Amino acid sequence: MEDLGLKIFGAILTTILGFTVGMTYGGIVRKLTARVQNRYGPPFYQNFLDLLKLQVKKTNIAHGFMGHMAPVWIIIAAVTVLLFIPILNGNLWFPNMSFHGDLIFLLYMMVFGSLGMALGAGQSGNPNSAIGVSRGLSQMVGFEIPFVLSLVALMIQYETTSVQELTQIQHETGVWNAISNPFAFLAALFASLGMFRYSPFDIVGAPAELASGPVSEFGGKYLGTMMSGGAIFAFIKLTLYVHLFLGGAGNPDNTGIIATLLGLGVLLIKTFTLYMVPVFYGWINPRYRTEQAIQYFWRWPTALGIIGVIWAVYS
Amino acid sequence: MINDKDSQKIVDYIQNFARKQSLFVMAYGTGCGAIEIPATMTSRYDAERFGIRGAATPRQADVLLITGYLATKTLKRVIRVYEQMQEPKYVIGFGSCTINGGMYFDSYNTINALEQYIPVDVYINGCMPRPESVISGFVKLQELIQQGKADNGKKYRENLEWYRTNQKKIIKNWKMPDYNW
Repeated sequence: MEDLGLKIFGAILTTILGFTVGMTYGGIVRKLTARVQNRYGPPFYQNFLDLLKLQVKKTNIAHGFMGHMAPVWIIIAAVTVLLFIPILNGNLWFPNMSFHGDLIFLLYMMVFGSLGMALGAGQSGNPNSAIGVSRGLSQMVGFEIPFVLSLVALMIQYETTSVQELTQIQHETGVWNAISNPFAFLAALFASLGMFRYSPFDIVGAPAELASGPVSEFGGKYLGTMMSGGAIFAFIKLTLYVHLFLGGAGNPDNTGIIATLLGLGVLLIKTFTLYMVPVFYGWINPRYRTEQAIQYFWRWPTALGIIGVIWAVYS
Repeated sequence: MINDKDSQKIVDYIQNFARKQSLFVMAYGTGCGAIEIPATMTSRYDAERFGIRGAATPRQADVLLITGYLATKTLKRVIRVYEQMQEPKYVIGFGSCTINGGMYFDSYNTINALEQYIPVDVYINGCMPRPESVISGFVKLQELIQQGKADNGKKYRENLEWYRTNQKKIIKNWKMPDYNW
């Protein structure tokens, strides 16, 4: 496991896995949304075609230094965070740096991409971008509170901040954190509604209202890179949730090929099921206004988070 | 091997395939044609199965869809939008009004032929064209893209003088940068 070559190979493998799974989930959601709306819908690989098209499109515009850097920041943040979360519990092929990163570090790093987006969008000078950024940051203030409360509940309950240890505890006791602390899980689940930005919380992109918000001045390769970063981030959040609350995936005692594939299958099933929560919620809801979204997060989800913390202290 | 003619063909084929399968449409909803766009995109005719989806801004768009007559006042905005789009870019003229003026052929404040001002790839005839014909127009555009014949952004750049002369005949108060894309 100390072999550098194996670590680099594992990092590349992890990046490819996160990218492919994130993009495919996006495509499947587009297809499912079409079926719900009684349409035939695009093929599930439509996102890959979109990405390829965006990458071969020419770009003749410049919006200054941060305009060029914003997509780079997003993809850097996405890959960095991806390498710091455990993909499979204690697996040889995905060791990465999951032993060194803890939850507080992850909380900081996950905002890094949004920060790059905000700076880049700010320099483009488009008023839609500025409104989109302010909405996005307001929404983040909304959903971060129940999210952080649920994480704090977990940290208090097991007296550790390491994702790896939290997964290992669930593996050893056989009880998922979603069951041992249901209030924290519910708060995190509500926060995930805002994190994935499906309606009713699609106030940042806001199609037909804000002209796609922060990305309105970015096309071609810039938009393509942002799309890939977003896909990796979706995979990151889902994997993190699975490892924190749903018992994780993979068996640390057995890291053979078949066990690894089996673990990946379990991971895919759990992440997809989790992904369907914001998507299902989005299908039946129109868009909130910004203050409604913040109020939504600061009422029941925050209350559930506080109950979760109290539960963790007295259990 | 990289500069080989055959390998360039393969690259072109893959690029054109991706471009054809993923068209982001900037629907410039002038005139009455805009009412056909929701029907084309929603569940009955579902243009998304061809990879066609709406783009909110010209920076992200591939196709500029002019849906109907163009008043002289809106022509200026259309030119601005067209020049902000990034290459490769395509234009679809939608309805009779973009071809020869349609029922507004003798109006004092509409233009008659769209291709005098910006290059047009595909015209869709009709007043108004039904969603079937809109989709057939898009399929025609996809064929042109796959054959590599839809290269009108280049045409516009090379014949800029001619297009500018025509545009300035219509737009009297020309207060735009001369080269702004």
